[in-house]
Parts: sequence; structure tokens; C-alpha cells
Amino acid sequence: MRETKYWTWHMAAGVLILFLLGLHMLIMHTGGITHLFAPEAGGAVSKENSLFRDGKLFFTLTYVLLLGAALYHGLYGLRTILFELTLKPALEKAVTTVLLVLGAGLFGLGAWAAFAAHAIAGARG
Amino acid sequence: MPESKHTVRQVNFHVTRYNPERDERPYVQTYALIVREGMTVLDGLHYIKDNLDASLAWRFSCRMGVCGSCGMLLNGRPTLACNTQILHIAQTDLTVGPLPNFSIVRDLVPDLMTMLEKHRSIRPYIVRADEAELNDPAGEFYQSPEELEAYLQFTYCIKCGCCMAACPTLATDVRYLGPMPLAAAQRYNLDTRDDGRRERNQQTGSRHGAFRCHFAGECSRACPKGVDPAKAIQHLKRRLVLDYLHLARRKQPCQKLDGPGHGTPLADIPAAPARTV
Repeated sequence: MRETKYWTWHMAAGVLILFLLGLHMLIMHTGGITHLFAPEAGGAVSKENSLFRDGKLFFTLTYVLLLGAALYHGLYGLRTILFELTLKPALEKAVTTVLLVLGAGLFGLGAWAAFAAHAIAGARG
Repeated sequence: MPESKHTVRQVNFHVTRYNPERDERPYVQTYALIVREGMTVLDGLHYIKDNLDASLAWRFSCRMGVCGSCGMLLNGRPTLACNTQILHIAQTDLTVGPLPNFSIVRDLVPDLMTMLEKHRSIRPYIVRADEAELNDPAGEFYQSPEELEAYLQFTYCIKCGCCMAACPTLATDVRYLGPMPLAAAQRYNLDTRDDGRRERNQQTGSRHGAFRCHFAGECSRACPKGVDPAKAIQHLKRRLVLDYLHLARRKQPCQKLDGPGHGTPLADIPAAPARTV
């Protein structure tokens, strides 16, 4: 049943990505017109608007959530592709471990960056 | 222009030959046959064996699409040789090969043991834990026509292996359970007499179980009996997830009838005619 657990979370991560990526696209591509979460001039990707969003805990949390969901979804998909190559059982376990460590490392790095940006934006007021 | 009843035409059979004791790899041998309308591929193979090459090997039994023995690759499609008329699929040339995704015993004979072992692993039979079944396995269980309809189409599977040969996942992942065993698992999971779903989940929800299916749907296209294994696998996935999330309704398996006359008789059933012997 372990695979069922992995698959269920893979599906859940997909739904979460759909929602969070939708929000990301909405802000990034309509920010210049609607000024949704982009109150400063220069479009959604300008430094001021980026710092504005980084200062909001909601955005920091959604960044971390999106990162986690995308990493899990992508790495599980990669694992599935690799498993279809009829690997030896020991190699399958090794692949799972490597992807787990890789995913955890990238998630830690990304989460640290998001919270550091939040702290910097907070310090600048 | 439709073929007349008396169509006679030469068709070249390009047959894959392989004898593992003698040949390094399979090769193709061509036989020219005079084909009449209505001749099946199986008839053509019999003609070759009787008149052209007695060493050709293939597997067959019933000749009527019931036993599932003569599954082979005809013009690139896995299907039954007894169920396929030559002129329906070939004008001048017909390629005949063994089912892919299986090792070859000889010529057109695939080794189906891998499929049958996977089939056995999912416990393809009614599993119950109750005393009623253990003490009286010949008893009768109540099952409504609607409950029967839920799994009936999956019982038509004849284990010919055509779905396994058509599966693109199985082509790369030999440990993948495949459409036939997974559809069989779903057939028993849907049976209201059965109580073994959670035991089967261990196998169907394994690393090379139902979740490896890409839903290409080739298994359902290939099935000569009209079974839809792709649908069965998608329903199996949903049930596995619901079981994991503890959202599946827990139902007791249907109960055994006490004996003849136990149920309520339907009205308007005419009396049986008097015995004549």
C-alpha cells in the first residue's frame, strides 16, 4: 500500500499545483494591469513589487507550498519513468532514496530562500 | 467493391520463425497461400503445416474464439487467429508473429507463464473469511442482477494475452502486473460474494501494480472479447486511493441463502410443467 500512498499524494500535489500555479500566473501576467498584489509601478516582476509580496507571510507560505508540491510531483514522475526501465529491486530502492534526499535538499534550500526573502522584506519595512 | 463469396486470391504469409535450440534470433519465412473468403488465419496456418512446412509451431484449441490459445500478432495487431478472416485484414501480404511482451517458446507460441503467475498472485477467486462459506462451499449466495452487471463484462476474459501484448507499459516494465491480472482483480473486487479486496490491494497497489498504467487504452482496443481492462484499472486505482484514505464504504459480503425456497418467490411465475418421465 506504500505505492498507493505515494500515488495519492502525487495526485493531491497535482491539484495543489494547479491552484497555486494558477494564482502565480494570475499575479505575474496581470499584475501590470490589475495591480493585484503589485501596488508599485514597473509590473509584477519589479523589485519593489517582489519585495512587497515577499513581505507577506501568505506569499512566503504559498511559495514554500508550491515548491514542495512541484518537487514531490516532479520527482515522483521521474521515479515512475525510471521504474519502467525494469530496474533491479535494489536499484529501485536506491533511486527512491536518492530522489528523496535530492527532493528534501532542494526543498530545504528553496524554503530557506523564501523565508530569508521574507525576513529581508520585513526588515526593509 | 465488396468481395464476392468466391473470392480467391494469393496472400503471402510472412511468418516469424524461431527455434531457441537452433536459431540465434527470430527470422521471417514467407509462404504463398491461395486464400478463399471465409478462411481464417488459423485455417491458413493449418494449410501451411499440412502442405508447405510441417515444422511450423503455434498453439490452438477451440477454433471458435473461446479458449484464447491462438493469440498472435497479425499485421501488427494482437488478436486471435481463429477469429480473424484473412481477407478482412490482408490484400496480398499478411505478417504473422508471436505475441510481443512474452518470451517465445517456439515460432508463434508465446510463453504465457509470466502472465499466469501474475494472475495467480492477485488471488483470482472468491475470498471469504466466514464460516458459512468454509462449512458449505457449495451453497448459494444472493446477488442481484445489478450486482452481477457491475463485474459481468470482466468475466468474459479468456486469458489469451492480447491485452498484455498490446500494453506499452509492459513493453518496458516486465514486472508490471498488466491489464489481464489487474482487470481480474477488479472483477473479484466488484463481486458482492467476495471479501478479499484488501488482501488484493497489497498486490494491485504495489510498486508495479495498477498505478503504473498510463491509460493508453490499447488493452481495451486489442481485446477480442470486448472486455475493457483499461476501465477496470482506472476503477481499481480509484478504489485503492479510497481505501488508503479510509473513504471506501465498508460492505459485508453478501449472505448465503439457507436453501431452496428461502427467498420471496416472484409473482406471475407460471408453474413448472408436469414431469413426463
